[in-house]
Amino acid sequence: MTTLTYTFTDSATMLRRNLRRLLRYPSMTVLLVGMPIVFLLLFVYVFGGQLGAGFTGGHHGRGAYLDYVMPGILLMTVAAAAQGTAITVAMDMTGGIIDRFRTMAIARASVLTGHVIASVIQALFGLAVVLAVALALGFRPTAGPVAWLAAVGLLTLFAFALVWLSAALGLAAKTVETASNTPMVLTLLPFLGSGFVPTATMPAGLRQFAEYQPFTPVTEAVRALLSGTGPGTNAIAAIAWSAGIALAGYLWARHLYNRPRAR
Amino acid sequence: MSSAPAITVTGLCKSFGGKVVLDGIDLTVAEGTIFALLGPNGAGKTTMVQILSTLIPAGSGQIAVAGHDVVTDPDGVRAAIGVTGQFSAVDDLLTGEENLRLMSDLHHLGRDTGRRRVAELLDRFELADAARKQVSAYSGGMRRRLDLAMTLVGTPRLIFLDEPTTGLDPRSRRTMWRSIRELAAGGVTIFLTTQYLDEADQLADRIAVLDHGRIVAEGSPGELKRRIPGGHIRLQFAAPDAWKSAASLLGPVSRDEENLTLQVPGDGTVASLRRLLARLDDARIEVEQLSIHTPDLDDVFFAVTGRPTTEQEPASQKEAAQR
Repeated sequence: MTTLTYTFTDSATMLRRNLRRLLRYPSMTVLLVGMPIVFLLLFVYVFGGQLGAGFTGGHHGRGAYLDYVMPGILLMTVAAAAQGTAITVAMDMTGGIIDRFRTMAIARASVLTGHVIASVIQALFGLAVVLAVALALGFRPTAGPVAWLAAVGLLTLFAFALVWLSAALGLAAKTVETASNTPMVLTLLPFLGSGFVPTATMPAGLRQFAEYQPFTPVTEAVRALLSGTGPGTNAIAAIAWSAGIALAGYLWARHLYNRPRAR
Repeated sequence: MSSAPAITVTGLCKSFGGKVVLDGIDLTVAEGTIFALLGPNGAGKTTMVQILSTLIPAGSGQIAVAGHDVVTDPDGVRAAIGVTGQFSAVDDLLTGEENLRLMSDLHHLGRDTGRRRVAELLDRFELADAARKQVSAYSGGMRRRLDLAMTLVGTPRLIFLDEPTTGLDPRSRRTMWRSIRELAAGGVTIFLTTQYLDEADQLADRIAVLDHGRIVAEGSPGELKRRIPGGHIRLQFAAPDAWKSAASLLGPVSRDEENLTLQVPGDGTVASLRRLLARLDDARIEVEQLSIHTPDLDDVFFAVTGRPTTEQEPASQKEAAQR
C-alpha cells in the first residue's frame, strides 16, 4: 500500500475510534446540541414576539422572527460542535494514548483528521436535530432542494473550518478545562453578527465589527438560501472565510501537533 | 536475525530548559536480551525511553534503534518497536477488545488476522472475560495488562517498558514479570526501566544504573551484586535525640527523620555488625530495633556513588551549617 492509502485507512480507523467515543460520552453531544435549542426556544418564545413585531412588511411577529433567527441558531450549532472538538482533542493530548500513537508507524495526520471528521459529523447531526426542532416549532423555509443543498454545503464547510481552528485551540490548551473555555467565544459570535438582529440596529462600532466578521456572510448566505432568494456575494465571502479559517486552523494545528513536547 | 545490537547509544545528552537530564550516555543492548535501566525517581529513565522511542528528540548523540537512526528514520524505528509508557496508554471510553482492535487496524493486520491476534492476546493476558467491558471499569493490574497487550499487537521485535510494575500489587507484579519473561523467551528484546533492584535482578540480563543523567555502573545482576555483598542494617530509634546522635556518629547513611530510622550499609559479616553495635554502645546511643536487609537499590547506589538515593548531608554538617 502507498503512503496515501495508509493515510486514508489510518484516518478511517481514527474516525471510527472518535465516533465510538462520542457514542460512549453522549452527555457531551446532548449538551452541545442542547445549547442552541435552548437559545432557539428562548429567543423565539421569550424575545420573539417583541423582536418580530419590529419587522416591517407583511411577514412579522413571532413566526417571522423564527424564520429570521434560524440561520443564527444553525451557526451556533456549528460553533458548539467545534467547541466539542477542542475538548476531545485536549482529552486525547493530556491522556497517555497519544504517546502510543506517536510511537507507532501510523500516518501522522490521521489522529487529527479522525477528530476533525468526527466533529463535522457531530455538527451535521446537531444541525439535523436543531432543524427538526425548528420545523416542529413552525419554521417554514421556502427553499427548494438545490438551495437546501447549498445551505447545508455552506454550513458543512464552515463547520469544517471552525473544527480545524478548534482542533488547534485544543492542542494549544494545557488542560481540558482551558480547551473547553477558549472556543466559547465562537458560540458568542452569532450574537455579534446578523444572527439574532439585523446589524443595522447596532451602534456604529459594533455594527462595523458585526458586518465584517466571518459569521455574518455565512448567516446572510444561509438566510437568503433558506428564504428562497439568491445569496449573492455573501456566498462567495462565506466560502472565502471558511477556506481561510480552515487553512489557518489546519496549519496551526499541524504545527502544534508536530512540535516535540516535554512532559 | 543478525547479531547486530538492538540499541546503540553514543554520547546521548538531553537538557530541558538548561537543566541537564541526560549527560553523555553510552550503551549497547544486545538483540534478544532484557536490559534494565535502574535508577531512582528523577534520574532520567523516562526521558531515556522517550528519546529511544522517538517521542522526543535527543539534544545530541548518535542513537540507532533496531538498526534505524532515530533522527533520520523515525518511522523505521516506530515500525520495529512497541512502547508501554509509565502512564497507561489505553482508551478509557472503549472496551478492552476495541482497544486491541484499534491497534490491529493501525498495524493494518487485516480483518481476520486482526481478529485472531486480538482473541489470542485477550486470552494470554487473562482479559477475555472483561473484553467487552469499558476500560474505565478495569482495575490497575488489568489496565497494565491491556496496555502491554496493545503494545504486542504489532509483534514488535523490541519493547520499551517504562516502570512496568510501579503501583502494582505483588500479585499483578509477578504476572507482569512472567509476561516479560515469556516475551524474552520468544526472542524479543526488552528495554525496561525500574526503581527496584529486585525487579532488575529477577528479569534483566544486564543492568545499567542511572544517576543524575549518567550511567554510574553497568553489568550483569551478579556483577552488580558482588559490589554490594551485605545489604544494609536498619536501625530504629525511640527518640529524636538518639537518632540525631547516631546519624552524626555514622556519617553519610540513608536516613529517614520522620520514622527515626537509619540504614547502615554492611558487608553481611557478623564482625561488621558487632563493630557497629560497639560504636553505638560506646557513644551510649540507645537503639530500639535492628533489622538486617538484603541488598536493594539504596545499597547499589551507596556502593557505586558513595551516597544514598535520598541524598542528604550528614547531620553533623547540617548542624554546622545551621549554626
